[in-house]
Amino acid sequence: MAKRSAPEVNAGSMADIAFLLLIFFLVTTTIETDSGLNRKLPPMEDQVDPPIIRQKNIFTVLVSKNDQLLVEEELADIKDLRSLAIEFLDNGGGVGDEVCDYCQGKRDESSSDNPDKAIISLKNDRETSYKVYIAVQNELVAAYNDLRNREFIRLNPNLGINYVEAQKKYDDPRTSLDKQDELKPKLNVVKLMYPQKLSEAESSKSS
Amino acid sequence: MSKFKKKKGSDLPAINTASLPDIVFMLLFFFMVATVMRDSTLMVVNKLPAADQIQKLDKKDRVMYIYAGKPSSRYEDKYGSTARIQLNDKFATVSEVGAFILSERASKRQELQNVLTTSLKVDSDTKMGLIQDVKQELRKVGALKINYTTRIGEYTQNLK
Repeated sequence: MAKRSAPEVNAGSMADIAFLLLIFFLVTTTIETDSGLNRKLPPMEDQVDPPIIRQKNIFTVLVSKNDQLLVEEELADIKDLRSLAIEFLDNGGGVGDEVCDYCQGKRDESSSDNPDKAIISLKNDRETSYKVYIAVQNELVAAYNDLRNREFIRLNPNLGINYVEAQKKYDDPRTSLDKQDELKPKLNVVKLMYPQKLSEAESSKSS
Repeated sequence: MSKFKKKKGSDLPAINTASLPDIVFMLLFFFMVATVMRDSTLMVVNKLPAADQIQKLDKKDRVMYIYAGKPSSRYEDKYGSTARIQLNDKFATVSEVGAFILSERASKRQELQNVLTTSLKVDSDTKMGLIQDVKQELRKVGALKINYTTRIGEYTQNLK
């Protein structure tokens, strides 16, 4: 008797309710994750005695308030920045202890000794526009990535991926731990060959 | 009812919609899982510059956002058209950035406090002076990991 008195629940409106929720989540969804250029700021404490860096090991890039580019005190186009930076980083002009056996540059004595010593100094004006600054940053990172790709492929020819792809794979949480452990030393070797030494000086005051 | 009964002789049966809720629920769960709610409304123009040498940002709970740009058209009469910083839901001055970072950091779980990244979402047409000031503030409070958040594209798009 009791069984009979329990009526069947009408499930006809279930689809409507689900549709309502579905549409709500469809509208509020943003699936894409943000991406950008990672940078590390220098810590605030002043160094007691700054290391002495020889002028030839510094590659100065200055973005003026009119968004013009001065590379090593010469006016340059942003299209050439990547190749200029690669030329500088890959120069390997050092001798003796400072020799760079994997560099493929010109080994010009007036340019950097080895990639470990080579420092890119990026300066900007307060009036520089952000988009040009990002374009310059992008090209400098690209120079490092190009060199790291080259070395990564040379050292791991059977892996079939370049440095950037390997790094992406390493950062991907879906990659298994074994694979990550396998990639880590390979990535670190290349990172040490071309360490990213990019100094962002405080901007000059615009007059 | 009788209207439908007349058709009984026809050979086309009605489509069974009993599985429709299941399909819809499946979609619903997908979007529920994939959804990230936008947590602050933008009050500034925020057209990000383009870059292609990019890395993905960390998980959402490890990121603090700082927006900057010109106030959007709704707020233009009130705040003028010089570029400003937006923290959470309101405009802020450079000096408030430090306090914001510290309070954000304190609100995160203990184990995440040392791995936080600051994402700078800055409009392309902003001048570097403002960003320089923000960076200086970030250095003061020791938030050294930053990310210039960009959209994906060739750098040449920035030069137009």
